[in-house]
Amino acid sequence: MTDAPVVTSSWRRAATRFARDVPAMAAAATLILVTLFCVLGPWLASTDYDAVYPDYVHARPSLVPHPSPDEARAALDLVAGRLRAKVAEVVIEAGEARVTLQAARPIDVRGLAYFERSDAFAAARVIESRDDGRTLLVAAPLRPIWLPFGADGNGRDLLTRMMIAGRISLVVGLLGCAVALAIGVTYGAVAGYAGGRVDMAMMRFVDVLYALPFIFFVILLMVFFGRHFVLIFVAIGAVEWLDMARIVRGQTLSLKRQEFVVAAQALGVKPGAILVRHIAPNLIGVVAAFLALLTPRVILLESFLSFLGLGVQEPLTSLGVLVSDGARHIEDAPWLLFFPAALLTIILYALNFLGDGLRDALDPRGR
Amino acid sequence: MPRMILVRVAWALPTLLFVVTLSFFLMRAAPGGPFDLERPLDPAVMENLRRIYRLDDPLWRQYLTYLTALAHGDLGPSYYWRDFTVAELFAKALPISAGLGALALTLALAVGSAAGAFAASRANSAPDLIVTANASLGVTLPNFVVAPLLQLVFGLWLKMLPVGGWGDGAPSHLVLPVLVLAAPQIAAVTRLTRAAMIEALASPASRTLRAYGLPRRVVLAHAFRAALVPLVSYLGPAAAAVMTGSVVVETIFGIPGVGRYFVEAALNRDYTLAMGAVLLVAAAIIVVNLLVDVAYAFIDPRMRLD
Repeated sequence: MTDAPVVTSSWRRAATRFARDVPAMAAAATLILVTLFCVLGPWLASTDYDAVYPDYVHARPSLVPHPSPDEARAALDLVAGRLRAKVAEVVIEAGEARVTLQAARPIDVRGLAYFERSDAFAAARVIESRDDGRTLLVAAPLRPIWLPFGADGNGRDLLTRMMIAGRISLVVGLLGCAVALAIGVTYGAVAGYAGGRVDMAMMRFVDVLYALPFIFFVILLMVFFGRHFVLIFVAIGAVEWLDMARIVRGQTLSLKRQEFVVAAQALGVKPGAILVRHIAPNLIGVVAAFLALLTPRVILLESFLSFLGLGVQEPLTSLGVLVSDGARHIEDAPWLLFFPAALLTIILYALNFLGDGLRDALDPRGR
Repeated sequence: MPRMILVRVAWALPTLLFVVTLSFFLMRAAPGGPFDLERPLDPAVMENLRRIYRLDDPLWRQYLTYLTALAHGDLGPSYYWRDFTVAELFAKALPISAGLGALALTLALAVGSAAGAFAASRANSAPDLIVTANASLGVTLPNFVVAPLLQLVFGLWLKMLPVGGWGDGAPSHLVLPVLVLAAPQIAAVTRLTRAAMIEALASPASRTLRAYGLPRRVVLAHAFRAALVPLVSYLGPAAAAVMTGSVVVETIFGIPGVGRYFVEAALNRDYTLAMGAVLLVAAAIIVVNLLVDVAYAFIDPRMRLD
């Protein structure tokens, strides 16, 4: 700020307006937290999103790591059964189980691999062997696994799965919007700038498309061309561009009569260059505000598809998949519905508030 | 005004034709056919089936056959539900979906406009904030989240209502589906009514009414008129969507409505049923848009000039 004149640009003013909007700022903060949670979370979690723990199917949410003493005991009985032995004595302390195994015949030490097979223990070692190997004292370290949100019907960690699902939802939301943005802005700007008959024909076409049952078309696309990840957001974007095209067209119509555009035309700038150089930058505000409201719609549509089983496929997951899974288990494991539903609601709620705030900040005249 | 309606009606036909053509060829472009089962049929049976349903004809001829039948009001036989025509299936399912939808819309209109008017009359007060926050929650919450939650609370915990099923339309079976269908509409109606009425209450007309010393009820009634235009333009498309059946609600509650045919027909490659469903929705949207335009003229005399 040396010799430049102090000018408050419209962007600066918009930023100030936005910063004063408490709900919108809270929504923005929430979204940043959710994004961090989903992006960084899987690296910090104690489990992989696709790791299966058969011992912990439908485990309840708890902050205490698994296995609990009871679970460890049950797992020990299973392992002992495999070894054709009986558990004579167990002491669990300091994250390690000391087990005395007894059998009628000498116990094959190679069979201790069964400890590792269980979800509860890491590799076990023999401390003492008595009675010609018929009695073994074995030390098996517990394998602590945190399942704070419980586990699903396959014994997978719900928390990590929610993080992965959140990633998918956010990515689909962004990419779907990008597709809708590309089609909608190009279409609307060309129609608005061309005007006249071209405009009439192009917007008539949009009117016709409005009569299409879009959900149905997305379903058709997903069913026909495979449930590929790329297709999901392309299909969603391809049906969500109509509103964008209308808004951009309206804005372009009013922009092209303004002096700076007329001046550019008088100077002989080509239409394509005018669109890119003069029209497009002035569309950013309206488009950005609309985008923020489009994103939750895209995320919702993706969850809806996944709910119907037409979205991303296992073992990858999405919030819609998790919610539909939870809906099937509401009787025996209601947390499978609560947590994913809560995350989805938080994301959508925050995006809506952010969208409202952006619209108020960038486009004060709009509504 | 009558001319505008004529133009609209004239546009309906090409629009429907476009929808039919697009969905016809899209469906046929898909891999698989209606008679592909996990265990393949006997080739001779398959050949007979394909001949009976004219799937051996060149595609353009099948298209023309379909269009001709359609022009006679015949939606064709369903390929999956043998022995049923698409028209028969719709005749059974559509009243159910439309009935549920109509109930939901009525509820939404009654509750939503009352809540919106209430919030507008006390704009920016605590009750207003509560109503607005609930409304944004209603707009945000997806129906496939609301539905299982309601099932859990009212069906499993409180044991007040059946979790699902149709029960031949018994009132207790209607409550949850109608609530789920209505929830987002209630929220949207509330928001629209509130926004329009706040603006109307600040207008000189309302100020004059207040200056005359008219009771608050009368002022609000006048302001409510301003909310009618946005309400009608919202409720039109919403009605088209809700009354032609919701895939999610009908799947979750196990209701034999049209919504389920959408997904099932696409998955089963039931060409005629899928086409019929698309056509049904498209026709509903077109009719409703026309009705909305006519309604404008009644609500707002200024719009009759166009």
